Amino acid sequence: MIAENFSYAAPSSIQEAITMLHEYGEDAKILAGGHSLIPMMKLRFASPTHLIDINNIPGLSYIREEDGFLKIGAMTREVDVEDSELIKSKYHLFGDATKLIADPQVRNFGTLGGNLAHGDAANDHPAVMMSLGASVIITGNEGSREVSLDDFFHGFYTTAVEHGEILTEIKIPVAKGRFGSAYHKAERKVGDYATAGVAATLQFDESGVCNRVGLGLTNVSPTPMRVSRAEELLMGSRVSEQDIAAAAKMAAEDCSPSEDLRGNVDYKRHLVKVITKRMLTKALGRAK
Amino acid sequence: MAIDIKLKVNGTEHSATVEPRTLLVHLIRENLSMTGTHIGCDTSSCGACTVLIDGKSAKSCTILAVQANGKEITTVEGMATAEGLHPLQEGFHLNHALHCGFCTPGMMLRAVELLEKNPNPTEEEIRWGIAGNLCRCTGYNNIVKAIQWASAKMQDKELPSTEPEFV
Ligand SMILES: Cc1cc2nc3c(=O)[nH]c(=O)nc-3n(C[C@H](O)[C@H](O)[C@H](O)COP(=O)(O)OP(=O)(O)OC[C@H]3O[C@@H](n4cnc5c(N)ncnc54)[C@H](O)[C@@H]3O)c2cc1C
Ligand code: FES
Ligand code: FES
Repeated sequence: MIAENFSYAAPSSIQEAITMLHEYGEDAKILAGGHSLIPMMKLRFASPTHLIDINNIPGLSYIREEDGFLKIGAMTREVDVEDSELIKSKYHLFGDATKLIADPQVRNFGTLGGNLAHGDAANDHPAVMMSLGASVIITGNEGSREVSLDDFFHGFYTTAVEHGEILTEIKIPVAKGRFGSAYHKAERKVGDYATAGVAATLQFDESGVCNRVGLGLTNVSPTPMRVSRAEELLMGSRVSEQDIAAAAKMAAEDCSPSEDLRGNVDYKRHLVKVITKRMLTKALGRAK
Repeated sequence: MAIDIKLKVNGTEHSATVEPRTLLVHLIRENLSMTGTHIGCDTSSCGACTVLIDGKSAKSCTILAVQANGKEITTVEGMATAEGLHPLQEGFHLNHALHCGFCTPGMMLRAVELLEKNPNPTEEEIRWGIAGNLCRCTGYNNIVKAIQWASAKMQDKELPSTEPEFV
């Protein structure tokens, strides 16, 4: 399968890329890892007339803790996350998630920025990042702005990234003290998109009271979602077995899956309940 | 709009003029006439088109030829050297790790990177490592054995038996 014709440019700075986006107008698209965009172009679900390849722009790939935030450059690949000692030592849900995203070849190319900017509730990082309370830096002609992931996903394939802008960084409050996180998705076969997925983040103060909580869901709502009601329940609690059971029930009630080849609504809600319970329990264990 | 690109394939410099929409796999098979890189699914799922780009395994049906500009590509044609077969090729041969052979080039190139990063993988790590490569013939067991054999060979360790197991 071959995409419709387009022109191609590979600028070497963010400013140059932004200028090109403005020059070419609405039909220009950014090419990051290309592992969502190129398949869509081959199927002609997407037919941009100009591709602006941002792979040659230096300085967009990094993972570091700085000023109280874990900062991840938009062009950081899944494989870099998998291999990062910092991530492996503290932010365990990334290890859980990347292992289940596609396969090693796709992870060599797919970027974290692209995974969010694609705006697909079936992707795994939206729920992961939401549970971590992440925000993103979006850069355009007028400079940079920060958008919380809670306000980022506007609809199917649409996000807060406006035309002429580039997502440049993901910012996550650093893990402090007793911090634990976990992610799992049910999938039909290895590398498949989620039938349902759950990301859980918990943090506790010295007396064992939960002072940070995030619960994000994958592919069970039109846009990626967090379960605010369950988060409120857990915040300030000691996250007992009963609290976890109640949160899991809320997650199953509050999601809005649709029936598709991966399963019907009842089945998906059931999965959300079971996986939420397991992930909260796992995050709690890791927070010891 | 055609674009001039230069890339090294199996150590040899090539230049080509391509449309931006040309896929890397088409450049390799059609412009360079190296047909060892296969197209199975054409939808990024099967891994038959796997090549190495600067040492990283990649599905060449999902990469544009223009993205390979300035890069070093390895295809199955570049695995053997004057000294003989690559240990993975030898391992696949001795362990009967192929039947029709359609998946084999992609499977071996994926395994090259796997062993590069993790010279001594467990069976589980091998199975996760080849999760992006489908084989419709072998049932995978002999592929896992072949990769284990190559891992031993590349580290000068005692070679596992290549006798078939009957269960
Ligand atoms: C076989 C297969 C299986 C997969 N399975 C999974 C899975 O299980 N889970 C999962 O999460 N993903 C999965 N994916 C998707 C994969 O992870 C993609 O790589 C990812 O969704 C997009 O990242 P990318 O860098 O490849 O983006 P691209 O494909 O390059 O871009 C995607 C979209 O985002 C835009 N974009 C990209 N980067 C930016 C930026 N910095 N600023 C503004 N806009 C930008 C592009 O213009 C495009 O519209 C799979 C892909 C394949 C091929
Ligand atoms: S042909 Fe490229 S992954 Fe199947
Ligand atoms: S040997 Fe036939 S597909 Fe693997």
